[in-house]
Amino acid sequence: MVRRTLLIAALLIVALPTAAADRFITVASTTSTQDSGLFGHILPLFRAKTGIEVRVVALGTGQAIKLAERGDADVLLVHHKPSEEKFVADGFGVKRLDVMYNDFVLIGPTADPAGIKNGRDIAAALAKIAATKAPFASRGDNSGTHLAELDLWKAAGIDAKAASTGWYRSLGSGMGPTLNTAAGMNAHVVSDRATWANFKNRQGLTILVEGDTRLFNQYGVVPVNPARHAHVKARDGQAFVDWLITPGGQAAIATYKIGGEQLFFPNAKKESS
Amino acid sequence: MSDLTAAFASALVFGLDADLGRIVLLSLRVSLSAVAIAAIIGLPLGAALAVFRFPGRRAIVIAVNAMMGLPPVVVGLIVYLLLSRAGPFGVFGLLFTPTAMIIAQAILIAPLIAALARQLVEDMWAEYEEQLRSLGAGAGRALWTLLWDGRFSLLTVVLAGFGRAIAEVGAVMIVGGNIDQVTRVMTTAIALETSKGDLALALGLGIILIALALAINATAFSINLVLRERQG
Amino acid sequence: MSRILPLRLERVGYAAGGKTLVHDLDVMFEEGPRTVILGPNGAGKSLTLRLCHGLIQPTTGRIVWQGAASASAQRRQAMVFQRPVMLRRSVAANVDYALALAGVAAAERRARIADALEQTRLADLADRPARVLSIGEQQRLALARVWALQVEIVFLDEPTASLDPGATRAVEAIVNAMDAAGTKIVMTTHDLGQARRMADEILFLHQGRLIERAPVDEFFARPRTREAQAFVRGELLPI
Repeated sequence: MVRRTLLIAALLIVALPTAAADRFITVASTTSTQDSGLFGHILPLFRAKTGIEVRVVALGTGQAIKLAERGDADVLLVHHKPSEEKFVADGFGVKRLDVMYNDFVLIGPTADPAGIKNGRDIAAALAKIAATKAPFASRGDNSGTHLAELDLWKAAGIDAKAASTGWYRSLGSGMGPTLNTAAGMNAHVVSDRATWANFKNRQGLTILVEGDTRLFNQYGVVPVNPARHAHVKARDGQAFVDWLITPGGQAAIATYKIGGEQLFFPNAKKESS
Repeated sequence: MSDLTAAFASALVFGLDADLGRIVLLSLRVSLSAVAIAAIIGLPLGAALAVFRFPGRRAIVIAVNAMMGLPPVVVGLIVYLLLSRAGPFGVFGLLFTPTAMIIAQAILIAPLIAALARQLVEDMWAEYEEQLRSLGAGAGRALWTLLWDGRFSLLTVVLAGFGRAIAEVGAVMIVGGNIDQVTRVMTTAIALETSKGDLALALGLGIILIALALAINATAFSINLVLRERQG
Repeated sequence: MSRILPLRLERVGYAAGGKTLVHDLDVMFEEGPRTVILGPNGAGKSLTLRLCHGLIQPTTGRIVWQGAASASAQRRQAMVFQRPVMLRRSVAANVDYALALAGVAAAERRARIADALEQTRLADLADRPARVLSIGEQQRLALARVWALQVEIVFLDEPTASLDPGATRAVEAIVNAMDAAGTKIVMTTHDLGQARRMADEILFLHQGRLIERAPVDEFFARPRTREAQAFVRGELLPI
């Protein structure tokens, strides 16, 4: 008797249907948009307007692009323009559009061992970190932030990879885990502002350098090409992309704030390459 | 220490949260389904390896034992490649669904259940073999008899599988995608909160997960005890 | 129904691990007398029963059941082991399991179970888990299984070796009832007293060889071989 009851209970749990909308699209995006809480803010607004549920798989930009290339997402929303343009050029995406931007910040110990606090020149700051061999934690995961960081090292004229057994640590992790590790090591780290703003385990870390134009972080959106993957939900995906660049969608992005601070700045153009 | 206190506080607060309820239910649904499937495959497989004698048996036993330690991330990756739109089973559109997570966890724990069941049934077979053969039971019939007679001990095996499934994050993260309200389970939620740096909340969720595992094990143990007393 | 008896062992030998454990057994088991295989530990008594029952195959010679019925011989014989193996289910279900394996129809099984449990005085314990029975009760249940199967011949391998006198008496009574009901009894023992009580004829085994076969009175009154004489006197024999 007990056994039968248990069996039925187990079967019920197993057979329970997923409470899911019939109409949904899958968006491959980056951890920064997810972890910062932006999607939690704008997606319900989109759904209320269109009835389309957006399921977000948050990965590093490199991984997200790979996912979309395999046809496992309907829309790509990431932040590394050259990669996005290549994605379109290779025929995986329909068209790339600017959506919004924020910026990267250089985080480091409040004690500021490299002496770079309040600097405006990111290249000079990185050069000082290298010169003083102050610890630096890199994403090392081929994400948008990681690729941006590598560009910054290049601008500083430093081969950071060569120091990867010493002060430069390549973690191969997402933004959050990298910040956790950096906090533990009291290391410098390049982060997008949104993830940092929403990050709670800061310990002895603070923003040391910000505001350099080279720290600009542009997000782009690309509908996955249905010509490449026939099952792609092109119409609903396009509806999401269209909404993001409408005044309504742009306003939704602009109104997302943490502690009064705006994290993403809409900058969609009517026409974009 | 204050982190721990905060963790317990958030465990209490979020215990009443509707989102959390959904996450807990999905965790249970995914892992219980996976364990059911893995048991349906693993128990007879383990018993067969214990009872049947055939060439290559030893090699299979070693392989199954080794697969007890399958890395969840690797299983996740393989299932991802299989279920991906570009993969062989892409047409079913199972990626990023609870079904995909169930498949991955079932693959992960079936070898564990098979290996432990094999050991257990083999010991029983040593005791039962002559009697069952004397009564005219063929190997197939003997297999089911041993599984039924070993049911109380085998429950522990199944619970071990459940424990591995419910605690696993690598595979469900990859094939489920940790999609809010669709494929987010306890472990992926913990990973997410950890990456947000909200360690107290992550730990709070962890405490709930542990409590859940404890409750399920305690329930199974008590039922087992009652049935065993009644049936010997 | 045609009979599977008599059972003939023709020059049956059994070797394992390079050692010959049973040598050239030439024996015929016929309906009727209770046969007790007697001998010290290690004489090959258990092996002989297992060979007869088909649990192990002879390395030389052959085992022949009677003519037409030989194909179904396995279903018309049973074995009781020194330590009974009880399935984790009720007393009645243990008997039912054996009957189901023997292909007895469900309707008939119920009657046979009731009868067998009655004969072995286990009727009151029918719903008890078999594993919580005392060892004596478990051996009676093993006999109940055999009783229900209604076999032609039963092999009993030291069935009372781990039992106290009371339980031994109960088991012996059941075995005698089986005999009375027409089942051929082949039983091993190393206990002289039990052999005197239970045997109609004695097969004396030593070092894997059949040394002497005689009606029980004759065997105990006038053992012919030196080994049997020594054993009957209660002396220790070299293994």
